[in-house]
Amino acid sequence: MFDKKAKPGAARQRQLDRYAQLVDRLSPRSRLGQGLLRAFLCGGTICAIGQVFLELGQRYLDMTVATSITFGSMMIVFMTAVLTGVGVFDKIGQYGGAGAFVPISGFANAMVSPAMEFRREGLVLGLGAKLFTIAGPVLVWGISASVIVGILYTFFPW
Amino acid sequence: MKRIGRHTILLPNRPCILSGAAIAGKKEGEGPLGSSFDQIIGDDLFGEETWEKAESRFQYTAADLAIRKAGLTHEQIDAALGGDLLDQIMAASLAVRELHTPFIGLYGACSTMAESLCLAAMLVDGGYLHNAVCTASSHFCTAERQYRFPLEYGSQRPPTAQWTVTGAGSAVVSLQAHSSAICRCTHVTLGQIVDMAVKDANNMGAAMAPAAADTLHRHLTDTGRTPTDYDLIITGDLGRVGHDLLLMLMQERGMPLDPSRYIDCGLELFSPEQDVHAGGSGCGCSAVTLCGHIFEQFRQGKLHRALFMATGALLSPTSSQQGDTIPGIAHAIALEAAP
Repeated sequence: MFDKKAKPGAARQRQLDRYAQLVDRLSPRSRLGQGLLRAFLCGGTICAIGQVFLELGQRYLDMTVATSITFGSMMIVFMTAVLTGVGVFDKIGQYGGAGAFVPISGFANAMVSPAMEFRREGLVLGLGAKLFTIAGPVLVWGISASVIVGILYTFFPW
Repeated sequence: MKRIGRHTILLPNRPCILSGAAIAGKKEGEGPLGSSFDQIIGDDLFGEETWEKAESRFQYTAADLAIRKAGLTHEQIDAALGGDLLDQIMAASLAVRELHTPFIGLYGACSTMAESLCLAAMLVDGGYLHNAVCTASSHFCTAERQYRFPLEYGSQRPPTAQWTVTGAGSAVVSLQAHSSAICRCTHVTLGQIVDMAVKDANNMGAAMAPAAADTLHRHLTDTGRTPTDYDLIITGDLGRVGHDLLLMLMQERGMPLDPSRYIDCGLELFSPEQDVHAGGSGCGCSAVTLCGHIFEQFRQGKLHRALFMATGALLSPTSSQQGDTIPGIAHAIALEAAP
């Protein structure tokens, strides 16, 4: 391992390959159909709840379409934060997978759960330092990607 | 030389295990082995402010209870050997702080209970210690935040993932032959690191099974025994995948295990309805099963000779992120009913 040029011998490589095959054969797989269906149901439910707030905002709170979209997102974020706080959202996440994660609920959960977890290490070095441990990488690469796309769009606006 | 074969250490004085104590969390208490635990702690925090302190209290409570069950006082313990999964094994250090005895801190990942028993048995057999207390603990909440994500983060666990056991086990090893002793330690086979290039931290059974096969193979070769010489061979936390892999690997080595005489603590501890995927894991997994269920079986005369072999996946969050493969280890200790 410390000799960078040395490669495992042919016999060792065969042994490793064979073991990898054995592990692959004996390891249970995630059920694709079930996962997709649950993600669809869970994501769909979250988005339907968001839609209810959109309609309510427009109908009863005198909101424009743009404002009501923000209102819907805020309500989903709020509800996820509460569900995370009372210890329910991790179960929804285990059930729904990407269906629970991809709507804005995933972002809210990714912010609230580290805040709860690390506050015991103090407000500065605990909560402050670790608040973005999960959302941080998404923000860094999401913002970077949007800047690159923005520059490209400036020069090739179509 | 107190050695037989290449790697197996013979314990001619056959040190006794005087007592054991198993303190388990709520979910573990609801499992099939619930009745064998000394205490089941319903509160994950065990009355403390942090998960880490709670884990430490689990470990102290187990050690204190084991010492009292052995009819000893803290002053009569010559050394404590123990560890856990936390960075810098804090749970063990904080727990032993209360015992006022020399401390050998150990890190063997989930193999810690076997590692501490092996070392304690050797030190006691050599006459360097009279009474030693061995401890190991893990806590779902401390392990989760250290190795994976915050507790309330809604990530999905793959079916090969295992569930870290909340609990602590402790055993007192002693040279004095005691009428109420549970069993005697006869052989120790220390593990060597075996790495079969498994990288998936969510499939630790696959990373550890080759190490278990290696230690078991060396133990049986050195002692001239066969798997059927043991009433029970007990692995620590291979889980469903590792359990099946070990059966295959031993078959290939020409030392097939009898599935009715082989158990994995990770599979025994939880029932399928408890949704722990591939089974339990963590230092506490083998510790509570040994100190609760297995010792109970010895006491009831159902076991005469058993091989306790806890396995460890020696990865760290850093090594995982840097793309290293997972080194596996397994330590084995042979136990015989006390005459």
